[in-house]
Amino acid sequence: MPRRVTPRKIVAPPKFKYYKPVGHNISKSEKIELLYEEYEAIKLADYDMLNHNDAGELMGISRATFARIYEKARKKIALALVEGKILEAKFGNAYFDDDRYECSNCKATFNITENSVKDKCPICNNKNINKIEF
Amino acid sequence: MKTVITSTGNEINSKFDLRFGRTSYFCVYDDETGNTEFILNDNKEAQGGAGTKGAEKVIELGVTKVVSGHFGPKAKELLDKFKIQLVTMPDDTKTIAEIIEMMKK
Repeated sequence: MPRRVTPRKIVAPPKFKYYKPVGHNISKSEKIELLYEEYEAIKLADYDMLNHNDAGELMGISRATFARIYEKARKKIALALVEGKILEAKFGNAYFDDDRYECSNCKATFNITENSVKDKCPICNNKNINKIEF
Repeated sequence: MKTVITSTGNEINSKFDLRFGRTSYFCVYDDETGNTEFILNDNKEAQGGAGTKGAEKVIELGVTKVVSGHFGPKAKELLDKFKIQLVTMPDDTKTIAEIIEMMKK
């Protein structure tokens, strides 16, 4: 069995569902799937101006893996630009960068939102909760 | 505050369901009144979009947290937007009554 793909950590999904060209016969053009992690790679490297090493660390992957994802993303964006294709945001192998906690008593895992209780387990009200490190 | 727990049956002694979108019933527990209400999930056999529809239903109910075994990416994204707390429990041997009992303490 091949090795499982490491999930890539992303901060937020892209703000668009599709990116489409104007003034082009778009009904005929096909879609290119831009994965969330590819969008994140472009954002980290070209918008936040990080080097591949730091960017890979942020996404929880190695520099080489980051470079591969970034390369794929650039090829897809170039293809869309040149051939006037639609970019579609797809989930891919990503998970979101929110903190998850585990209760040491009942083993429940949970996140903490603005509306929820902050410092105890939502199930057993135990105060002994630990942050999960990925 | 209201909590949704995914359930395999429509009574308080039913087992907890590990799946969110394709659970049999949603149990709504109100910790102020102590009442429970069971709502049938009609997306159990759905081809696709069960997680999204389940999440929409939960949002309509106006709850603050959801207890289930696993949340899919779409359901998670939607529930996160509405600031609903997602609680995952690893073991499915517990009944709804036991979980509610734990929350009362």
